[in-house]
Amino acid sequence: MNAAVKTDFRVPVLGSLFRFQWEPAQQAYVLLYPEGMVKLNESAGEILSLVDGQRNVSAITAALREKFPQAGDLSRDITEFLEVAREQHWIDYR
Amino acid sequence: MNSTGSTTANTLAREQKPHGQPLWLLAELTYKCPLQCPYCSNPLDFADTGAELTTDEWISVFRQAREMGAAQLGFSGGEPLVRQDLEQLIAEARKLGYYTNLITSGIGLSAERIAAFREAGLDHIQVSFQASDEEVNNMLAGSKKAFQQKLKIAREVKAQGYPMVLNFVTHKHNIDQIDRIIELCVELGADYVELATCQYYGWAYENREQLLPTRAQLERAERITNEYRETLKAEGNPIRLIFVTPDYYEERPKKCMNGWGEIFLTVTPDGTALPCHSARMLPIEFPNVKQQSIEAIWNASNGFNHFRGDEWMQEPCRSCDEKEKDHGGCRCQAYLMTGDMNAADPVCAKSPDHHLIEAARASAEAEHPATAITYRNERNSRVFARSG
Ligand code: SF4
Ligand code: SF4
Repeated sequence: MNAAVKTDFRVPVLGSLFRFQWEPAQQAYVLLYPEGMVKLNESAGEILSLVDGQRNVSAITAALREKFPQAGDLSRDITEFLEVAREQHWIDYR
Repeated sequence: MNSTGSTTANTLAREQKPHGQPLWLLAELTYKCPLQCPYCSNPLDFADTGAELTTDEWISVFRQAREMGAAQLGFSGGEPLVRQDLEQLIAEARKLGYYTNLITSGIGLSAERIAAFREAGLDHIQVSFQASDEEVNNMLAGSKKAFQQKLKIAREVKAQGYPMVLNFVTHKHNIDQIDRIIELCVELGADYVELATCQYYGWAYENREQLLPTRAQLERAERITNEYRETLKAEGNPIRLIFVTPDYYEERPKKCMNGWGEIFLTVTPDGTALPCHSARMLPIEFPNVKQQSIEAIWNASNGFNHFRGDEWMQEPCRSCDEKEKDHGGCRCQAYLMTGDMNAADPVCAKSPDHHLIEAARASAEAEHPATAITYRNERNSRVFARSG
């Protein structure tokens, strides 16, 4: 954990084409969109489950840190994933 | 209208487990349709099939398939809007957790009904077009008012906040207007655009001479589509253009529905369950949801097990080192063209029947009078039912 890291105030929201949900039959989170589906791996699923249009990136990071205390510093992974997610239009920033 | 769900195939395929779950349920609610598209994928003898499933029977199908893992549900037909219980079916499906897709020609749709579907939880509407040009569109749909109505509906779908897919079936008569088609889609605010040549089964096979574009037409259309992709991307437009070429210009076949009985489950208006919407043409007995559970149909029926694995293959597929890749190609195409459903798909250059594909390509180069189109309607369907 690095105290020098600045707060990231950007607030991600789910892209309007996508629906995010837990799929019991696949034991995974998925993104559903017109006639398609992306099955998410565990960390991607955990991150997106915190994207609610309220939390900013720092708040999401803090929440994950609390949920997975043994995981170490997650902020890089989270930022990287959110970048990919934005390129795919899965999320946008408010 | 009818769709093959081809965009899904690729996305879902990456996720599938060995011997998959029925992730994609296509509910063909009715064969009734106010249009008469000459490339409709409904069976040629559709006028001759049994009574439609009731509301409760459909809901039971949705529940069972959802338990087996289905996540995408397409409401198709015929024209699904003809079903008066569509709102109820959407609501039930949404409650079960499906992503719900309505695949429609837009004919018979109103702003009020679009709003009612939204209320019921509908996720997405796909509107199918025949061409960007009013006259060609109307000729192909067999209806004068169709085109204006579609434009109106597409605008309304976007105005009410749905994601929108526009589907243009491309063929000889409209593929040269691909630039205008794309511009129309951009103007209408589509999120995805499917530019797909029809698969030549069913009605399209009857009309293949009228529909199959030439290689030069195709190459031009693909080049123009690529140019638009770049321009639109540079402008920051997130629209996605999906261009699907007909396998008639390939030397290897496409894999059957990402594997026969691997991902797709189609239920037809009378309850017959199929591994794909065309499979009904095959001389195989397919199970019916009125008699068997979806679980039994998917895992244990002869119809669904028929082309799983590769024991059924004959030469040249049996000893072919590429058989894992395409699984011998499309069974319906093999049957339709060679009369043998176990044969290699004639699209394959290794097939002894490949000359049939080459002959169709040559025929696409020739002129054919437009009067020869066979429209999909009940009268023509009865002719097929009698002779078939
Ligand atoms: S011979 Fe059969 S298995 Fe081999 S590439 Fe052709 S269709 Fe596929
Ligand atoms: S063989 Fe029949 S079931 Fe398989 S993709 Fe072709 S049309 Fe569909």
